Amino acid sequence: MTKNLKSAIFSALLVLAVAYPVLGLKLEIVGINLAVQGASDFTIATILICAVLMFLRVLFHEPLSALWRSTPSLPLVPAKASNFLTLPSTQRWVIVGLIALALVWPFFGSRGAVDIATLILIYVMLGLGLNIVVGLAGLLDLGYVGFYAVGAYSYALLSHYYGLGFWICLPIAGLMSALFGFLLGFPVLRLRGDYLAIVTLGFGEIIRLLLRNMTNITGGPNGISNIEKPTLFGLSFERKAAEGMQTFHEYFGIAYNPVTKVVFLYLVALLLALAALFVINRLLRMPIGRAWEALREDEIACRALGLNPTIIKLSAFTLGAAFAGFAGSFFAARQGLVTPESFTFIESAMILAIVVLGGMGSQLGVILAAIVLILVPELMRDFSDYRMLLFGAMMVLMMIWRPQGLLPMQRPQMKLKGEPS
Amino acid sequence: MSRPILEVSGLSMRFGGLLAVNGVGLTVNEKQVVSMIGPNGAGKTTVFNCLTGFYRPTAGTILLDGEAIQGLAGHQIARKGVVRTFQNVRLFKDMTAVENLLVAQHRHLNTNFLAGLFKTPSFRKSEREAMDYAEHWLEQVNLKEFANRPAGTLAYGQQRRLEIARCMMTRPRILMLDEPAAGLNPKETEDLKALIGVLRNEHNATVLLIEHDMKLVMSISDHIVVINQGTPLADGTPEQIRDNPEVIKAYLGEA
Repeated sequence: MTKNLKSAIFSALLVLAVAYPVLGLKLEIVGINLAVQGASDFTIATILICAVLMFLRVLFHEPLSALWRSTPSLPLVPAKASNFLTLPSTQRWVIVGLIALALVWPFFGSRGAVDIATLILIYVMLGLGLNIVVGLAGLLDLGYVGFYAVGAYSYALLSHYYGLGFWICLPIAGLMSALFGFLLGFPVLRLRGDYLAIVTLGFGEIIRLLLRNMTNITGGPNGISNIEKPTLFGLSFERKAAEGMQTFHEYFGIAYNPVTKVVFLYLVALLLALAALFVINRLLRMPIGRAWEALREDEIACRALGLNPTIIKLSAFTLGAAFAGFAGSFFAARQGLVTPESFTFIESAMILAIVVLGGMGSQLGVILAAIVLILVPELMRDFSDYRMLLFGAMMVLMMIWRPQGLLPMQRPQMKLKGEPS
Repeated sequence: MSRPILEVSGLSMRFGGLLAVNGVGLTVNEKQVVSMIGPNGAGKTTVFNCLTGFYRPTAGTILLDGEAIQGLAGHQIARKGVVRTFQNVRLFKDMTAVENLLVAQHRHLNTNFLAGLFKTPSFRKSEREAMDYAEHWLEQVNLKEFANRPAGTLAYGQQRRLEIARCMMTRPRILMLDEPAAGLNPKETEDLKALIGVLRNEHNATVLLIEHDMKLVMSISDHIVVINQGTPLADGTPEQIRDNPEVIKAYLGEA
């Protein structure tokens, strides 16, 4: 009992020590100085109650858990349902359903909602790309945002200096990012695990700092603004077209409506995300996809079977980077503005969180996780101060309840010829 | 006398001050089963690692069909047809049995990116053939009913057999098995012996074997090489080895 009491007191103090500085203290600006002020009585009372609850919970841990065990518990997701949900065939139908829904709803949704959906699709693309590198090939890449930045700046610079349009720049941006992935891959892919993570992390930061400091080319911290939006076969969606261009509403003789632009951007993002989905889906069923997974499982065995690990890793890294490049150039086009601050480490962490939360290697999982991770912060704007706190809490809870991710991938079952089906 | 496939001479491997392998030589002829035996720590696995390119030998020559392969990278040697299993099974544990076999056929498949993207007829044909070949070998090693089970969930003996089948997928010229009977029960060892017999008689396989199970070694080997403390001790047919006083001394110690 004394042992319980000790750990109970310790836990309660821990709650105070964590919660009070974070929630209980506020910095206020007084004149030109900062002053620390206590929070409202209500907040402090809440913290105290939490500490007491924690104390009681730890103190009576054993009787409580016995009670918990004696009541017949319902699993969070019934095993059968969970199994059904992770079957490849079910996932395929769910994806088809999602696509149909995604195609139809922008014509009914509000402008803001469509805008957020576009953002989600960008992250779906990024998540799918990183999923190749982290989920399939098992290479922990913390600098993925670097390739995203390369893609975004490729389009921004080409558009700014040479006036090239979005559709020409899209493949160029993908190729540029792939090239960077290839060049980075050569020296670093002999590293593994943590070492690889550190080097890629550094790479992401180097790209950002380069963009920030090459002021005469990239505009430094101000970035590049007034980037052209995508056009539909040369039809612009602005109110007034630039010289020699036609606008969409003039061509079709309808009234100008700013929402059409948003919907069009959304549809372009959807097209790109679907293309990514299709390509990666095929890759998984190709020899190279299997080789990626085999490499993740056992590199030595791969070598003994005549697979060249360097080429296989490099292909994963390069292809993953290419998808980031596509996403990046679309991002630049949508924003109309790129600055180095859009490509900080937190973005890499966010994309990685999408992959991990979705279930490594699972495509539907990545899509769902992207929706959750982008939508939840948008819906909870009121709590924006605590966003990171909630984010962390969610990750911890996920690791406790579903460490394999929302929808982990199940192996495709291959039917043999002579087998009764 | 069939022609030699693998000829090793003067093979030495030095790790700093330790001479782990010293002047080992051996010859493996086509369709032979050659065993390498020796007490624990004698350097057998080191020889294997040198032959398969996991180590770069300090000295010596390794000729595969008359072509020198020493110093090549592991995957290059594997592509030339020297394929091995490992002392502790190294399957792709999360992948299914049949996927393990498909991965091993990687370099025989159509890996063209666009062909795979659009499922061209040649791509489908290549995948179909790979499946059929994998199925054929799953039957050979009696694992067909487990085709869609993750390899890591198979019983140990089954994993051993799957690993051998995975090697056969690469159409090897010489199959190197590192203690294939380790951890198997007598029944499974019998199965293994039968399997090696099938490999040799029906699939014209050439096998180089490291094994401690003397009953197995004596019954299936055409030729035995004994290594002790990194140096070759004896070399001959099973009968010659059985009666060699040096070998008995190395295994049992001085009387």
